[in-house]
Order: sequence, then structure tokens, then C-alpha cells
Amino acid sequence: MSARDLNLRVWRGDGSGGDFVNYTVPVEEGEVVLDAIHRLQATQASDLAVRWNCKAGKCGSCSAEINGKPGLMCMTRLSSFEPGETITVTPMRTFPVVRDLVTDVTFNFEKARQVPAFAPPSDNKGGKFRMAQVDVERSQEFRKCIECFLCQNTCHVIRDHEENKPAFAGPRFFIRHAELDMHPLDTVDRQPMVQEDHGLGFCNITKCCTDVCPEHIKITDNAIIPMKERVVDRKYDPLVFLGSKIGLFKSTTRQQVGPAGGLGPSPIKHPAPPTPVAVPEPVKRAAAAKRTAAKQAAPAKKTTAAKKATPVRKAAAKKTAAKAASATRRRSTR
Amino acid sequence: MATQTVATQTDRPTARAAIKARHLRTDRWWVDPLITFIVFSAFVIYGTWAAFDHATVYGNGAPHQWFYSKPYLSPFYSPCFADGCPSDVNWGAVDIWHWLSPALYILIIPLGFRATCYYYRRAYYRAYWFSPPACAVAEPHTKYTGETRFPLLAQNLHRYFWYGSLIVGGVLAYDSVTAFIYTDHGYHFFIGIGSFVLLINTILIWGYLLGCHSCRHITAGRINNFSKHPLRYRWWTLVSKLNHWHRHWAWASLIWIALADLYIRLVSNGTITDVHHIF
Ligand code: SF4
Ligand code: SF4
Ligand code: FES
Ligand code: FES
Repeated sequence: MSARDLNLRVWRGDGSGGDFVNYTVPVEEGEVVLDAIHRLQATQASDLAVRWNCKAGKCGSCSAEINGKPGLMCMTRLSSFEPGETITVTPMRTFPVVRDLVTDVTFNFEKARQVPAFAPPSDNKGGKFRMAQVDVERSQEFRKCIECFLCQNTCHVIRDHEENKPAFAGPRFFIRHAELDMHPLDTVDRQPMVQEDHGLGFCNITKCCTDVCPEHIKITDNAIIPMKERVVDRKYDPLVFLGSKIGLFKSTTRQQVGPAGGLGPSPIKHPAPPTPVAVPEPVKRAAAAKRTAAKQAAPAKKTTAAKKATPVRKAAAKKTAAKAASATRRRSTR
Repeated sequence: MATQTVATQTDRPTARAAIKARHLRTDRWWVDPLITFIVFSAFVIYGTWAAFDHATVYGNGAPHQWFYSKPYLSPFYSPCFADGCPSDVNWGAVDIWHWLSPALYILIIPLGFRATCYYYRRAYYRAYWFSPPACAVAEPHTKYTGETRFPLLAQNLHRYFWYGSLIVGGVLAYDSVTAFIYTDHGYHFFIGIGSFVLLINTILIWGYLLGCHSCRHITAGRINNFSKHPLRYRWWTLVSKLNHWHRHWAWASLIWIALADLYIRLVSNGTITDVHHIF
């Protein structure tokens, strides 16, 4: 086994700024970028922030950009670089940076929440859903997703245009929509939603999501393009439209959802306004009690309960905000 | 009093890592779009010239059109149904605008087909519009709406161009059959290099046509119950196999159609001699 010195250039910093720092780290044959980062953390930069978990390409935690290419640090072999080459490691660029190599990927979880869950039919006789293997296979490919969000990070629609984030869910959620839309047992009509609310039309099928997916999911060919074609059926194809009007094609019997779908309840639940930064224990308990009470009460009563609770919450919020502010002041004067 | 900090939205970072470089890639990411740019541009230039250049030539036998050398008809001009088509291959449907090249009546279908093809879109969005030039390389535009608005919304008409191209593809197949037949006081079996050039052209065009994503959708992509439609599922499986190589079929058929046209022109004006045998 031969050991050698690796030149690493790592982006260090947080949301307020940062820069590249050069390091030289001893590495061994067979190692991956994450090994080098760990050794760096263990020996020279103990405050280096890096997220990882499985070191086997299965948890999706260690997403970063290595020499400008989005990838998993634990799956990028050092032997894939020229000996003597300096390896640049940066955090994913599309998401806000927490610190160093760690980004805040909340955007993705917010989008995930908006996708309605699998909704099987209610008349499930015998208590078992039966599906043929060929029908299962198609969506199985999409279930390999490890939620590394590399595809989301690479997609130029939001990588280069932050302003598109509200209107665009991203490739990871296009495969989720596709998985459920292609599911023979699902009862929700997802096509208007994926087009109107989740911005399928923004995608120009340039395939970078497919290129970076560590699970080799054919995101574009098997999910995005088929979904685009399904949307064309519904929206842009006059023949299919006319055909469904005269009964040549079955129009969907699935339940439409979402603002675009019009009918039915909107699956898009926007999270409640954030709770204040530091929550003292007693208030937390009161809030929990209030939530339970509200849950048990009928919907009409819920509003009254909430209204009643408002002054308390406001006061608590004020108190907490003041506390947080003084805490920050204390920290910054230290 | 004990307080506990909880992660909240106000806590959350809002700024991306401040990295100014447009990209940090060290590989030659620009090679791919550059090749696309050169080859596609060359094709467009050659194709435009070829489509307009339909003058009569006098090389290689009796006066005839550039794009025809019995029994070979350039695929750019097929089906030839306008005034100015050689009589042997004239479908004779349109007899107006004598000055207009016969190619222009028909080229709109294959061109529209290729222009709206999912693979070509990927290629030219990257190579011409830099949106993005390569993965993780920032695009130069300040605004981006993708295919949500006109004119790019029209990409959704791809399947209609596909339907049209099925007909054109059928005619090209017919042409490659007639390229094996010499009509001169009866029908004779004919075999020449040009016959094979056109045959390969047909194979490539059909490989490209049948691997189309719209075709994949129509065969069975649009249904959710493969198990209930075994025959359609079988087709879908076959189309999917072709579709996997769609990019390669797209390139091969593009380059070959231009070469086929060039070959027929060169034979037509006597620059090269077609090796053939008439039975
Ligand atoms: S193919 Fe579409 S979703 Fe995937 S990276 Fe490109 S634009 Fe984004
Ligand atoms: S689709 Fe692929 S790249 Fe995207 S989150 Fe899932 S595993 Fe990662
Ligand atoms: S550490 Fe789990 S994917 Fe890299
Ligand atoms: S997707 Fe390429 S021809 Fe239809």
C-alpha cells in the first residue's frame, strides 16, 4: 500500500462568507474523498463541518461538489484523479450553506411535503393489493432514490435561478410524481399538479439530473419525459382532448388535487409561521397542551381555541424574542 | 429557567456559499457542446444549401436534377411532389411555385421532428443556448422560464411531427426499395453502392423514429397497467430498448442523411462514379 500526500482545497465558511483553504493530507490507496476529508478533520481542522453517515453511498448525506462536479464524497475515489492534482471540495451550491461542507436542504423537504402520498382505493377487498411484477418494476426504479439531492442541486432551473424555487419542485420530485402517477392502484390525479404547481415545464430535459444521480435512476428518460408526454395528452394534444370528449379515450377517474387541479383539497400545506428561536420549557408545555386541545376539539371550536390562545402566544413570543436578542448580544460582546 | 433552542426558519441559513467562480470543473466539459455545435451547424448549413440547390445539371448522362441520379433520389427531396421533380420520382401533387425547391415542401416535417425531439432539445439547449452549457456550469442568462411559454411551449407538438415523419419514413423506405430497381423498358434488378447508401439511411431513420419518446409513450408509456396489455407492453419493451440508444440513432441518422445526399449529388454531376450492376 502506498501512502501519498493529497492537495485538498476546501471551501470553509458560512452564510456570511467564506473562502477556499488549502491543505495537504496524507492518503492511502483505495481511499475516497470522504476519507481524506475525515483525516483532515481528525488531524488539522477539527472544526470542519461535514455531513456523512453510511460511507456506502446509501444514506445520501455526503453530497458535495468535487472539482466542480456534484457527487457523493464517499463514492468518489481518489484514484479517479491525476496523482498530484489538487482536489477542490465545496458544499452544494444550490442550497443555503450552514457551515463549510454542510448545506441546509430544507427546500427539498418542503417540496416533498407538497406531493400527495400514495392513495390506494378504499375498496380494498380481501385486504391485499395485488400487482403484477411488470407493474411494480416501473416504480421500483424510482424507489432507489437515496435523497442525496444532488439532482436538485445540479438542476440549472434553480441552481442558476434562485427565483424559480417556489414554482419548481425539481427532478427528485418529478420521479416521485411519476412513481405514483404510474402506479396502477393510485387514485390521485397528479398530472395537473406536476405541471402547474411543480413546474414540470421549466425542465428543458438537459439531463444533468440523470448525469449526477448516484443511483443511476434514469430521471429524465423514465420519469420527466413520460410525465411531459402525459401532460401533453391532457393539455396540448387536440386529438386526445377531442377523443376523450367523445369517449374514445377514457378521461381520468382519478381525483384531482392541488390548486391547479382545482377540485379537492389542496395538498399543498404551507408550514405554519416559525416558532420563536428559544422556547422556554413551560411555554413549550402550554403550547403542546394547546395543540392537543385543538386537535380534540371540532374544527369550528378549533378556531375559537386558537383565537383564545393568541394573546398568550404573542406574549410568549415577545418574551422569547427579547431573551433571544439579549442572548445574541451577550454572545457577540463576548 | 432552562431554555431549549429549537431549529426554526428564522434560524435557518439563507445564503448560499459565496463562491464566485461560474464553475469549478477541471475536466474538458466544453468538448461535448462544442462538437454538437460544430456538427449541427455544419448540418444546417449543408442542409440549407442542399435544399435550395435544385438546379438542372448536365453531367452523367441526360440533363437531370442535382439531387437525382437514376435510380437514386436524395432523401432531402423525398417524397418529391412539386414541380421540378424528376419525372421518374414525381408524385405530382403540387404544381405551383415553379421556382421553389421541391425540398422545401417536405423538409419542414423532418426538421420540425428533429427540432422538437427530446434528445435534440437537450443537445441544442446546451450547445447553442448554454442553458446550461454543461452540468454545474452556470448559464449566462439572468432569467429562465424553460418550456413554460411560447415559443418553447410548442415543443409539446413533438408527437405530431412524429406522425408526419412516419409517413416520410415510409416514403424513404419505398425509395430505398426503388433504389434496387432500374426502370428502362421494364423493371430490372439493380444493385449499386447508392442502393446500400439509401438502405442504410432508411434503417437509421427508422431506428431513430421508433426509439422516439413519443412513440414510447404511445405504445404503452401512457398506461399504468402493463399486465393488462401484454402486447403493448411487449412493444413498449422493444421501443424502450431502441430509446436507450436514441441519442446514437439521432446522430447516426443525421450524419448519414447528409452523406447520402452528398453521395447522390456527386454521382449526379459525374464527380464520382457509382459502382453498380443492372441485372
Ligand atoms: S433534465 Fe430537467 S430536471 Fe433534470 S437537471 Fe435538467 S432541467 Fe433540471
Ligand atoms: S434521484 Fe438520484 S440524485 Fe436525485 S435525490 Fe434521488 S438518488 Fe439523489
Ligand atoms: S456517507 Fe452515506 S452516501 Fe456518502
Ligand atoms: S424523442 Fe427524439 S425523436 Fe422523439
